[in-house]
Amino acid sequence: MTEPSAQPPTAQRIEEIARSATAELDSLENLEAVDQWRISYLGRRGTLTTVLRALSSLDVDERRTIGALANEAKNTLEDRLEQRVRHINEAALTRSASQNRLDVTLPGRPSKAGRLHPTTQIVREICSAFVAMGFGVVEGPEVEWEHYNFEMLNIPKGHPARDMWNTLWVDYEDPSGEQAMLLRTHTSPMQARVMESREPPIRVVVPGKCYRYEATDATHEWHFYQVEGLAVGEGITFADLKGTLYEFAHRLFGEERQIRFRCDYFPFVEPGVDMSIDCFACQGQGGGCRICRDSGWIEILGAGMVHPKVLEKVGYDKDRYTGFAFGMGPERIAMLKYGIDDIRHFYANDLRFLRQF
Amino acid sequence: MRVPLSWLRQYVDIDLPARELAHRLTMAGIEVSEVEVIGGWTEVFVGHVTSVRPHPNADRLRLCVVSTGSEELEVVCGAPNVAAGQKICFAKVGANIYNTHSERHETLEAAKIRGIESQGMICSAVELGLGDDHSGIIVLPDDAPTGAPLDDYLGDTVLELELTPNRLDCLSVLGVAHEVAALTGKKVQEPEANYEESGVPIAELVNISVASPELCRRYTASLLLGVKIGPSPQWLQDRLTRAGLRPINNVVDVTNFVMLEYNQPLHSFDYDLIKDATVIVRRARPGELLTTLDGVERKLTAENLVIADANDAIGLGGVIGGAESEISEGTVNVLLESATFNGANNRETAQSLGLRTEATLRFEKGLRPELAPIALRRATALIHEVAGGTVAPGIVDVLSDEGADAPVVMLTSDKIKRLLGMEVDLERVQGIMDALGFIWESAGDSGLKVTVPYWRNDINIEEDLVEEVVRTIGYDSVPTTMISSPIPVQQPAPVMVLRDQIKDLLAAAGIQEVINYPLVTLQQLEQVEQLDAAALPLRVSNPLSSDREYLRTTLRASLLATLAANQGHGAGPFRMFEAGRVFWPRNGDLPEERETVAGVLAGLRHEPSWLEDDSLLDFYDAKGVVELVLDRLGVAATYEPIDDPGFHPGRCAVIKASEAVLGMVGEVHPVVMERLGLDSPQVAVFELYLEPVLAAMPSSQQQFEPLPRYPSATRDLALVMPSDVEAARVTQLILRHEDVDRAELFDIYAGENIAEGAKSLAIHVYFQAKDRTLTNEEVNRSLDGLLRTLERELNAKLRA
Repeated sequence: MTEPSAQPPTAQRIEEIARSATAELDSLENLEAVDQWRISYLGRRGTLTTVLRALSSLDVDERRTIGALANEAKNTLEDRLEQRVRHINEAALTRSASQNRLDVTLPGRPSKAGRLHPTTQIVREICSAFVAMGFGVVEGPEVEWEHYNFEMLNIPKGHPARDMWNTLWVDYEDPSGEQAMLLRTHTSPMQARVMESREPPIRVVVPGKCYRYEATDATHEWHFYQVEGLAVGEGITFADLKGTLYEFAHRLFGEERQIRFRCDYFPFVEPGVDMSIDCFACQGQGGGCRICRDSGWIEILGAGMVHPKVLEKVGYDKDRYTGFAFGMGPERIAMLKYGIDDIRHFYANDLRFLRQF
Repeated sequence: MRVPLSWLRQYVDIDLPARELAHRLTMAGIEVSEVEVIGGWTEVFVGHVTSVRPHPNADRLRLCVVSTGSEELEVVCGAPNVAAGQKICFAKVGANIYNTHSERHETLEAAKIRGIESQGMICSAVELGLGDDHSGIIVLPDDAPTGAPLDDYLGDTVLELELTPNRLDCLSVLGVAHEVAALTGKKVQEPEANYEESGVPIAELVNISVASPELCRRYTASLLLGVKIGPSPQWLQDRLTRAGLRPINNVVDVTNFVMLEYNQPLHSFDYDLIKDATVIVRRARPGELLTTLDGVERKLTAENLVIADANDAIGLGGVIGGAESEISEGTVNVLLESATFNGANNRETAQSLGLRTEATLRFEKGLRPELAPIALRRATALIHEVAGGTVAPGIVDVLSDEGADAPVVMLTSDKIKRLLGMEVDLERVQGIMDALGFIWESAGDSGLKVTVPYWRNDINIEEDLVEEVVRTIGYDSVPTTMISSPIPVQQPAPVMVLRDQIKDLLAAAGIQEVINYPLVTLQQLEQVEQLDAAALPLRVSNPLSSDREYLRTTLRASLLATLAANQGHGAGPFRMFEAGRVFWPRNGDLPEERETVAGVLAGLRHEPSWLEDDSLLDFYDAKGVVELVLDRLGVAATYEPIDDPGFHPGRCAVIKASEAVLGMVGEVHPVVMERLGLDSPQVAVFELYLEPVLAAMPSSQQQFEPLPRYPSATRDLALVMPSDVEAARVTQLILRHEDVDRAELFDIYAGENIAEGAKSLAIHVYFQAKDRTLTNEEVNRSLDGLLRTLERELNAKLRA
């Protein structure tokens, strides 16, 4: 510690004090020593304080210049003090942190997200492709009248095409003896329900569960989903059907996909077709392809122009309106996309299967 | 339908490879599911067995000398039916045939059998891939040309067709021929049906009437006298076997042949067994009995059409013949029937009697009446050819008032454009009509009047003809456009939006979506909920199996079954939910399909890890999920204790908003868990009904509420009260007080320092005013008031 000096302060003296104080401070590594330092230089009886106090012994001119120097030195030392304290604190934090290392190779705290069922995911994907083209999404009853499931779709009783839909019937006695209840075999009854409930133009897709009286195997389920589509209005043509489904195929399976139509039969459309895409697995090359069985093409949906009898039955003017309809099996599309080899996985609900999607 | 190309070639030239032909047919709507090649043999020839002698070293083997015309070879043969003079299928050394010992195709080598070298093999059906019969060798007809490659003699290609129900025409070889002709630009050669007639006219020998013309539009018949029943000639047998039918005798075989050729099912009666030579086509008398060809006695109703003689039914019209009037070896005179029966009625009879035959397969789809006499004449000619006898002059032809005029359908350029979105040149359309065998005449500038040929029953309206056009020109030639009209205004149903929102929330909360079958057993439903005996769940009348019989009224039953099925694969955590419909019966109407979401939580709370404890999921996890969902939806719900037989006593709450029930949350009753084989100390479930949830959601848009501008004050309370006081009551009372903003329960304690039968709740209470900073005095005043209320209402006191 420097004894208080009775000598009048000089610029040189102030500079010396500042230099030695700074040098001393920079060597200090703990807060106690720093506090001692503060007291010895900046304390009430500290070296610099004493100098400042002695300013009064100077004449006015000297007092102004030396005083300014002394004040500047004081401010500098105070700043340095603050910096040194921060430095010592941070060094202490770093030291202590380095004692608290983790084994970063240990597994993290597990948090598993739930997932949506693959059918939900693919149905959403299909529907949003059509929503982007101006289609709305509607749903209908899974337990349905025979009337909507068959009659309104130009499949009257005794029609041989009924063999295309093996039906699960609901045990129900209609007092009038006319209505038979069933589990809908397809989403197509919603075509009639939608048209009955509103006027054209119509553009909807209908996702939902369907049921068939069928034995299950790797490609058949008695319980499955369909996505139905319907567009009715003035001037809607088969060319529009092609364009719409082309766009859909591109959105779902990639822009390079080609599509192909083949004549097919559904009683509620005429002309009727099925649509295939070129095989995305082998790019249409075959060569033992499991996906397309070497045909180069994969059937993905059935479609056609709405049959005039269907339009008549819902009370539409068949000479004014035309329309197209289509239907597809989302499980089949998911199977193609994800390479699933057995449709029975979908509703067996084995978590080891579901968590893969 | 199996169509051998060798048969098809009888009517139309085919110069395309079979696979290319199959492709064209498939694209035109006649799907070829398989192209089956029969043969493809090399070094296999028609051989002639010139001599047979015993093998010196083996009792059951023989040594045969086989001539191939150019050489004679000795072979060892073990077949019991080999004999000198036979024409046989001879595989020379080097032939690739099926080896029944190694069970694969191998190249035949010369081999010593019991000391004697065999220079080839006389083949059975198995070695050539022609069938399963390995009991003996194939014996060829005597006229088989010795030395001819067997491929030339027996080889064929069969197209297996998978037909849609509308294309009845392609259930016949001629129908397929017409299609092939149209697709390849050829002409169809229709078969000949010429025969000589002699003796007394048929009209004097049989009396035929149709009493039910509504079920039989046309009935035609011919009569052959003095025929000789026997096996059919080889060509006829081959045609049938290759198409998949079994030869029976010459007369029956002809009727089957003509059915496959023309589509028209025919029936032959033993004329002498028809009483009074009278045939009446009528509805069966209720309860009338008929023993059909398959030997089954059937009880009929007035909905069944029969062919009857003067007394009894002798056949089920268009379905199956009667056993009594069947053609037998002793038959001499044959009455041949070719009729047009009503499709729907035929189908109903076939279904009600469980009798789907080749005939009903065709009649049910509605055959054209023009076809009946054409097929009748063809079959008469063939029977005459293969069974001899004489044909009585004329045919019987009873036609109903409906007549037999071919349908005439208009086709206009305008319609084509309206439907396809493209123009098709009228001349091109005419060419397509010609190729398909349609007759047309011009109608105006841009229209055609088209007469439908007798083999097509699927063309009734203009749209049908447009399809004929587009499937012929190819769908690739149609342009690709987007709908040009404006997009209709549409909003998705709120319940669908809600369901999707909840599904996303649950998945984000770590819960896996599952989708279960909605059909369950009654027991499964009974185990999880009380069923109303007067309104049982809907039942499927023809269930696939007894465990898929009832339409579920809750999602919980199948969710718990799914949990049980998955518990074998680990200790969890098991977090699953399903969003689906449950079905509530309604009187005289379709059931109410209630959108429901349910979840199940069981097993470990956390994924097994070195970090986490091994605590188990419980009631409060399930309730936490429900709270998360409802909070996100802005629904203020209450949870009231309830006792439900499916739930653990005292661990079940009904979720309500005002008085509306939104769902349930609870732990499964231990007895139910035991019955379902659930292997967990507890299983927590929740179920939410979406319609009431939707109704409880705030109807207006959420409005911004300003953030508090003044600091809040907090007081921590430790309150001792009787242990049966519900926590929700405490917080409700606190919240009701002036300036209380919220109350947070942060601890529950019972035990040391707390009296028996009491518990202590620790609660943060936050005080807040919108317009000012509350003073200490204000807070304390409010606190005092609230403590008084708690003491008065719940006997709750500050813990000492």
